Amino acid sequence: MRVSPSERTLNYVILTAFAVFAIWPILSIVVAGLQPDAEAPGGVGNLTQAWEIGRFGSYLRTSVLVSAFVVTVSTVLSVLAGFAFGTMRFRGADALFYLMLIGIMMPAEAIVVPLFFDLRAIGLTDTFWAIALPQVAQSVAFGTFWLRAAFRSSPRSLVEAARLDGASTGRILWQVLVPLARPAIVTLVVLTFMWTWNEFLIPLVMIPTNEALRTAPLGLGFFSGQYTQGYALLAAGATIVALPVVIVYLFLQRHFIAGMLEGAVKD
Amino acid sequence: MAGRPRQLGPPGEPRRIGYLYVLPAFLVYAVFALYPLLRAVHLSLFDWDGLTVGTWAGLSNYQEVLTDERLRASFGHALVLMVFFALIPLVVGLLLAAILHRASVRGLGFFRTVVFLPQVVAMVVIAVAWRRIYAPDGTINSVLTSIGLESWTRGWLGEYAFALPAVGLIGTWFESGLVTVLLLAGMGRIPPDLYEAARLDGAGAVREFFAVTLPSVRGEIAVALTLTVIAALKTFDLIYMTTSGGPGHTTTVPSYEVYRQAFELGQVGLACTIGVCLTVIIFAISFVITRVGDRVAD
Repeated sequence: MRVSPSERTLNYVILTAFAVFAIWPILSIVVAGLQPDAEAPGGVGNLTQAWEIGRFGSYLRTSVLVSAFVVTVSTVLSVLAGFAFGTMRFRGADALFYLMLIGIMMPAEAIVVPLFFDLRAIGLTDTFWAIALPQVAQSVAFGTFWLRAAFRSSPRSLVEAARLDGASTGRILWQVLVPLARPAIVTLVVLTFMWTWNEFLIPLVMIPTNEALRTAPLGLGFFSGQYTQGYALLAAGATIVALPVVIVYLFLQRHFIAGMLEGAVKD
Repeated sequence: MAGRPRQLGPPGEPRRIGYLYVLPAFLVYAVFALYPLLRAVHLSLFDWDGLTVGTWAGLSNYQEVLTDERLRASFGHALVLMVFFALIPLVVGLLLAAILHRASVRGLGFFRTVVFLPQVVAMVVIAVAWRRIYAPDGTINSVLTSIGLESWTRGWLGEYAFALPAVGLIGTWFESGLVTVLLLAGMGRIPPDLYEAARLDGAGAVREFFAVTLPSVRGEIAVALTLTVIAALKTFDLIYMTTSGGPGHTTTVPSYEVYRQAFELGQVGLACTIGVCLTVIIFAISFVITRVGDRVAD
């Protein structure tokens, strides 16, 4: 649309001001993380110092393992379930699907308390499984919903042609439909990675004592409570925690934005 | 994605093998999400400290949620947070998106990347950053001091009157980018001839906004409200990391009370009750918003 030069200038001023407002708290933490203070040498040395004093190496290791497990398992399970819901007809399919839809909105706050006491009763708290499996369950609910829509919109003629050629159901899924649904699957993978990496409540509750199993956000939470000498190392630790998701975001931002906005819309 | 004529009936051919494909996902989901939800409903009917044998309590936990001053306040605070997490970002987003939509500006892609960034940063990190901004010797106070308003400085998160709005403002910062990006995408899909018709009728920028832009993005507004209202109700990490519900109980919210009652006070039944109420509220709100959005759109 045609607008006056002054309105155009105003637009740039607004764009810049809002962008600065959005990024300033994040930048300020990166900058603070590089400042020297009593405990911190300054520069990149802060990151290594935080890595050792704050034990972020161990936290990051747990986060990588948990994220890899949750992303892999929930994606595979969602592909299988989304395929069935999206392309097959069987008795009770709708009921089962709506039951899983509940999981998308179900807040972790509601299930984390009974989960903790039930898992404690069978000795599973303070284990890898206590962090990973509840998150697989939550991710699978969204993943099934997301991929059902993707498989539903894939051309039926292609599936029918493959079936006439004698391809098995499994072959149709992995060699015809999955390659077609690749963009949707990539979106699902990056979103699941982000949700799992950033999750705080589930590890906080499920790992009451085992320090070696603290995830990166949980480790940062404890570090910020215990380490009060200066801000530089805390900020450096926060930078370490945020960095992996931010890097993935910078490369695949279309998937993040599309997934988070469309994921909320019913198909 | 729906709406093709052949999808009027159920998709695909009848195939028993469907159960086999659904089974693994459904099993994990049933054991680690659905069953715990039912357990939460069950436990909400008991008085239980998590250690000894629980005693049947009927609906008394629900009564307590309605009558206990602190718990009632927590739901009130969630309502206040909805203003900061949902309403203000919606107004800000509508204003910004409408202004930006009127003229094609360069660098919109970069702008989108930057304003969406808060969404991908862990809430713990965001809390660490904002705690610094609000600290007694933090950013806001040093700015106030440098412009001669030293009398206005305070510990923003530590004072009764300021803590809740201070936490809320973090939510406004967090959600505004998301809402703006969502609305910009929606406005980008409005057919240009709608505007041309409005201009031929002599509509100015403001009338154009209310006559063309606003009605066209009703669907996006419903989505934005659903996302942000639910986010406001699930602010556990932020409260845990910034105020722990204090000072007093001025910033406590239901999701924080679930944690506190269960793991700090040993009131497991009551904690489950709050969790169940939270779930019901979230389902009701998203149901209402999508229904209203659908009806307005028709």
